[in-house]
Amino acid sequence: MNCDICHKIVATVHLTEIVNEKVVELHICQKCAKVKTDELKSQLSLSDFLGGLVDKPDTKKTVPTACPLCGLTFNEFREKGRLGCGECYGAFKDQILPLFRKIHGSTQHVGKIPAHVEKKILIDREKEELKNRLARAVKLEEYEEAARIRDKLKHIRQKRKR
Amino acid sequence: MFEHLLHNSESWLNAKGPDSKIVISSRLRLARNLKGSVFSNRCRLPQKYEVLDEVNAAAGKIEQLHSAHFVKMEEISQLDRQFLLERHLISQEHTLAPKGKGLIVSDDEKISMMVNEEDHIRLQVLASGFDLDNIWQKITALDDELSRRLEYAFMPDLGYLTACPTNLGTALRASCMLHLPALVFTKKINKILELLTKLSFTARGLFGEGTQALGNFFQVSNQVTLGLSEPELIENLSGIVNQVKDQEQIARQNLLKKYKFTIEDSVWRAVGILKHARLMATKEALAHLSMLYLGVDLGIIKKIKPETINNLFINIQPAHLQKIEQRVLREQERDYIRAHLIRNNLGGKYV
Repeated sequence: MNCDICHKIVATVHLTEIVNEKVVELHICQKCAKVKTDELKSQLSLSDFLGGLVDKPDTKKTVPTACPLCGLTFNEFREKGRLGCGECYGAFKDQILPLFRKIHGSTQHVGKIPAHVEKKILIDREKEELKNRLARAVKLEEYEEAARIRDKLKHIRQKRKR
Repeated sequence: MFEHLLHNSESWLNAKGPDSKIVISSRLRLARNLKGSVFSNRCRLPQKYEVLDEVNAAAGKIEQLHSAHFVKMEEISQLDRQFLLERHLISQEHTLAPKGKGLIVSDDEKISMMVNEEDHIRLQVLASGFDLDNIWQKITALDDELSRRLEYAFMPDLGYLTACPTNLGTALRASCMLHLPALVFTKKINKILELLTKLSFTARGLFGEGTQALGNFFQVSNQVTLGLSEPELIENLSGIVNQVKDQEQIARQNLLKKYKFTIEDSVWRAVGILKHARLMATKEALAHLSMLYLGVDLGIIKKIKPETINNLFINIQPAHLQKIEQRVLREQERDYIRAHLIRNNLGGKYV
């Protein structure tokens, strides 16, 4: 059997990797195995190799030059592998999302939510629900119901301002 | 405070937790940053002090931290910082460039909070033995209390925002400190470490990132922090730690069955050296204490309590020796005093 990577030399190394929860078997030659080992080694201290995992920004797309809050540039992030503040995540989101997939295999948080945000998310959800009901009531010409819903929405907005 | 810590016998080192013959301790760490403030690594000193004051004020109002110690890293000596590192209360990074950095540590040392390390807040809860579920309840309650008083940098889709993207999401690092002498002895350890890496777990040495595996101690932790909930991450780690623990258990029993005299000889040689040596470096001491700990578990050594050895693991370290002696010691002096301390602690009760 020839090497799965170079297809030239007889495979003498048999590697089993788990990629995205799937078992992948690789049969490779000594030469390609060395390259692969170096790859594995680099995973051990991931944070130092982050820069290498980030693609160079696509010049056609508009990339923000620096974070509006802390002034970190995307190139600085590529060099250091550290972000400068919470706003950086919003500023460079399109560029760094693929990196999160590479590190964590996911781009969606499913863990806990802090108390102050939880309240806001719940209020937003309630507002969305009321807006939908309002539209439905207007469509069905139930104007009394619509007025009640509008008052509720107004109440929520006023409460928020305070 | 330091005097108190030095004689603290009810800490996470008491060897009374579940499965503590193999799983020495369990630890959870949450990273949090304040909304609208630049992360500590990029922030100017006056801002660091502001963050420190804000976090200290919030923590001061939390009941669980009622009798906690509040430490400013720049107000204590390099030796004291080293001492805190040796007790696993702060990281290596926290001992360097101390200006603007803080530590809040509960009286029993089970809760600690680094302020202005890489992230504004690094909250840690430690327990003796294999006890991840309990400490999750503890740390999440603490985090809830803090989040009522501080506004965190958070995005609903990305979770808690951290300086390093490897912590993003839950920002949770769960880890267990494992003592695996039999797997090292039977040379199975490399295979196991390899498997752990393939399953997205990390195995590190005694002091976390970039440290050597001394005294057959390995710290196993999760690598992924985004895309799974905290209980899922903890359950996954528990599963893997259970597996490694069982493997170590099997290896220990096999050692007793197949290599009884070899293992007895190794344990007694370790005892001999610990009992009689006059100069001993940290690395050597850790290696022999590890064999002694194994000997106690296998019933070869009967009159030494596991917590005596656990405390020695910590107390023989350079900064601890100097705190015990209350003076600065040169390396050779330390080796002499270390050997002396071990002889005193093990005394005549080793048979």
